Parts: sequence; C-alpha cells; structure tokens
Amino acid sequence: MKRIFFVLSTLSLLGLLQWGVTTLLLDGPIRQGPYYYQILILAGINIVLAVSLNLTNGIAGQFSIGHAGFFAVGAYMAASVSYYAGPAIRGLVGFLPLAGQDAAVLLLALAAAALATALAGLLVGIPSLRLRGDYLAIVTLGFGEIIRVLILNIDAVGGARGFSGIPKLSNFFWVYLLVAAVIATVGNLLRSSYGRAFIAIRENEIAAQAMGIDVTRHKVLAFVISSMFAGMAGCLFGHYTMYLHTNSFTFVKSFEIIIMIAIGGLGSIEGAVLGAVLLTVLPEAFRGFESYRMIIYSLALILIMIYRPQGILGQASVLKRLGARMAARRSAQGNVPVTAPAADGGNGG
Amino acid sequence: MALLRLQNATIRFGGLLAVKDLCFAIEEGELFGLIGPNGAGKTTVFNMITGVYSPTSGAILFDGKPIHGKAPHVIAASGIARTFQNIRLFTSMSVLENVLVSAHMRSSQGVLASVFRGPAFHREETAHREEAMRLLALFQLDKLADEAASSLPYGSQRRLEIARALATKPRLLLLDEPAAGMNPQEAADLMRLIRRIRDEFKVSILLVEHNMKVVMGVCERIQVVVHGEGIAMGAPAEIRKDAKVIEAYLGRE
Repeated sequence: MKRIFFVLSTLSLLGLLQWGVTTLLLDGPIRQGPYYYQILILAGINIVLAVSLNLTNGIAGQFSIGHAGFFAVGAYMAASVSYYAGPAIRGLVGFLPLAGQDAAVLLLALAAAALATALAGLLVGIPSLRLRGDYLAIVTLGFGEIIRVLILNIDAVGGARGFSGIPKLSNFFWVYLLVAAVIATVGNLLRSSYGRAFIAIRENEIAAQAMGIDVTRHKVLAFVISSMFAGMAGCLFGHYTMYLHTNSFTFVKSFEIIIMIAIGGLGSIEGAVLGAVLLTVLPEAFRGFESYRMIIYSLALILIMIYRPQGILGQASVLKRLGARMAARRSAQGNVPVTAPAADGGNGG
Repeated sequence: MALLRLQNATIRFGGLLAVKDLCFAIEEGELFGLIGPNGAGKTTVFNMITGVYSPTSGAILFDGKPIHGKAPHVIAASGIARTFQNIRLFTSMSVLENVLVSAHMRSSQGVLASVFRGPAFHREETAHREEAMRLLALFQLDKLADEAASSLPYGSQRRLEIARALATKPRLLLLDEPAAGMNPQEAADLMRLIRRIRDEFKVSILLVEHNMKVVMGVCERIQVVVHGEGIAMGAPAEIRKDAKVIEAYLGRE
C-alpha cells in the first residue's frame, strides 16, 4: 500500500514539475528558458550515467572506462526502433490519444535499448570480469571505440552524417523518472545483501569468495545493470536531441562520467548525483570566460582532487543512514519480532 | 567416514614442489593441527583445500565427495570456511556487515526482490541481522556491531574473522595462524574459544599455528609437514617425542 502510494506520489510530483518547468522555461517569461531547460535535461541524463557507472566503478570496484559505448548502443538502438518501427507501433495502439501513442513508442524504444545494452554488457563483461586486474578497463575502452566506429559505418543509422529525424518523445518527465528509477535501483541494491556482496568484492576479492560469493557472477551483474541504465539514458538523450552523432560518444564522454563520480565521491550515490550536476552546470557557468573556460574548469577539477581526494561527499551515504533509521523504526513499531538489538540500530542515524 | 580427506595431494608451482603426496583425514568434530617450520607449505595446503589453488595431482574429498579443482565459492558453499593468516576483513564495512556478507549465499532474495523490497525481503534481512548479532554476541563483538571493522583492535579483528567464517555455517573451519601476534593471555583465551566453537557449532577445526603451546594444548591430532611432505602424524604427546619432528625443528645433534 505504502509502496503504491510512494510510486503514485513520485509520478504526480514529476508530472507537476513537468508542467511547471514547461510553462516556466519553454512557454514562459524567462528569456533563456529553453537553454535552462536543456541544461536540466542534460543534467538528468548525466545523473543517470554517473549513478549507473558508480555501481560498477565505485561500489563493486571494477574499473570500466567505456560507459559512453553503452550510452551509444542504447541511443542508436532506441532511435532505430522509434524511427523505423514507430509508425507501426502507433498503428497498433491507434486507439490511444496521441500522447499515449508517444508513450508507447518511447517505452518500447526504452525496452529495446535496455535489452540491447544489457546483452552488450553481458558480452563484454563475462570474458573480461573473469580475470582479476585491469582487463575490464582495457576491454571497455576498446569496446567504446569499436562501437563508435561501427556505428559510423552503418548507413541505416546515418553513418558519418549522423542520425536525424528521431521523434522528440523524451522530456523532463521521462528523464527524471529514469533518474528516480536509477537512484532507487542502485540505492536499494546497495542496502541489500547484493550491495554488501559488491562492496565485499571491492574490499577483498579473496575473502569475498571464501565467504561463498560467486565473484565473477556478481561483477557481471553489477556491470550489466549499470550498462542497462546507460542504454536507457541513451534512449532518452536521442529522443530529446532528435539527432545523434558518434561525436557525442567518444571516450572523452566516458572519462567525463568517471570524473563525475570521482568528484562526487566514488561509491556514493549522492556524490554521483552532485558530480553529474556540477559537471553539467560548471562548463555552462564558465561560458562567460570564453576561451579560458576549459582552463578554469580543469583548475576546478584539480583543486577538488587536491583538497578532497575522496570526492566532495566521500563515502558518506545519506541513503544508508536513512535506511538504518527506517529499519530501527520498523522494529520499534513491532512489525517484526525483534529479540536481538534493533538490527542495524538507531545509532546508525 | 572422515569429513575431509587428502589423498596424495600434490601441488607444483613450476619447478617448485610445494606439497608432495600429502595424506591425512579429519574426522567429524575433530580439532586437528597442521604444523611445520616456516615455508613448509601449510598455507598452501589451506589454499588447496579452499580452492584458491587446485592440486596438480591427488584428490581432496569433503564428506566423501571430491572438491579439488572447484571454485572457492563453491567449496565455501559446501561447508568449508576459513580465516586468513594476514587478516582480510572488509575494512570499510561495519562489524555487523562483515558477518552479514557470509549470509549472502544463503539469501533467497534475487536482484528484483532486493530492488523492490517486499515483505519477504525485510523478513529475511531481519532474520540474517538477528542471526549475525547472536553470533557477534558469542564473540563479545555485539557492542561494536556498528563500528568500522578497520577500527577494531588486532585481537578483535581476529575474532571477527572467525565470526565471519562461522556465519557461512561451515562443517569444517580452517584457522590460519589465529594466535599470530597474540600475547600469552590472549593465546590462552583463544584456546578456550576454539574449544567452545567446536562444542557449540559442532564443527571440525583444522588449525595451522606456530604457537606450540596453542597447538599442543588444543589439538587432538597433529600432522607435521616439512618441505611439503608429511613426516609425522599423531596425538600431541607422540608428536613431541617424534625424532623426525625434533630434527626438523631443532636440527640433528
């Protein structure tokens, strides 16, 4: 009951925000409204990318540097679905109003993107995560470049001309719905026995397997989930910009996402969110400095790394403390019989 | 039937014969010691039993079934748990979380259930936490449950490692030099603890230890290994008098 209420209230809040943002920024009085709206969307996409990469790099401790590759696979896969199969899908759900048809096309494109990137994650992950060490970094770097060059040579998705004519189906509502989904997924996993298994692998692989954890399976699992969300982010990105070009998916993009999570605090979800927002907004804020922009931006990054090497938020997890408090409250209410001290204890909060 | 049996277990690293034709058997509920001078191959034997290395030849039977060549997590799930000579805790996790990691392989909640967190998820999570707290209480670590594992003093870290191993619900517990770095008082406490673990958890214990007082005091049978070969085997009193053992430790007169 509570859960349904929570989901419904999240959805209505997002709907309300969507309405507010649209009237204020797109149709409204603010002069640079559409520009701010775009920053808002890109920040949302970057949050999804950063939080999902954080599951692999920060929480499970496996260094992937090919996130942009999965972002690209999802973007192009989803765009192909809505570009080529869109009219057919609309025909199937012709009884729905136009907005409903849009949603149906977008949801199918999202599902296709998720499926394709999860599969890609599995194919890249299984061989490279069986080995200990930096193989994943090497393989994912290669994967990102291979995907980019591959797409560049597929004429059906525009090749070097870029993929244009993608319907504009994504907006604030969908992007931030995905943001909520990725935060809920990674956050809940982190506070489950899977989260503990991931962290155990990061902390000490030998001890983790001696405690019965199938190390390879869990590494691949984390990697696939994080690839899947990158793919879905790609879908919403393409359906917002209406045009895709491989230049948006070079390894520079991968490193940008890594910097986001390093700046925010590796392994912390709030840190990834903060890092993604900062790295979206900072370059825009420095636009006034013209050619000095990238220098100031780089300086800001270097300063953060010198004075806060653990990231701005470090490992501190607000979610985790919140979870501990909620568990304590549940025990106090007597929903579960508690004989031992209140499980993870109120003093965690 | 013996719980664990090594049959001519041999392991070779390139030109180095680390363990050669080692045979011994541990009975259910036995306190068994494995001793030998430095570099005799004791930890290699541990790594072989727990699947870190697989033997070049020979067999290892656990409960009558071959386990050699299996992955470490499979062997752990079949009921063999271990501690490490150089402590390997999950340092950034709390004391409680360290123990909870061992419950993961018994968890019936899949990825989706862990994301959507239904009543069954919370029931199991609570049950695992209560179980872990009871285990920590036995090791006098329950008051420290929310502390970071890395903040514990050395002796407590050793106890936490044993608690974490026991949380996998093993039938055989392998302790790799648990008394290393302990003073005589702590070592005496450890001996009591080892006996208590055997009695309360009904496990067999294989102990590698350099502290002779601990080994002789606690083990019922001892296997002596020198240069990867078993040279003697028997009760502590016999081992103490064995000429070959004395020679290996003290040299010939």
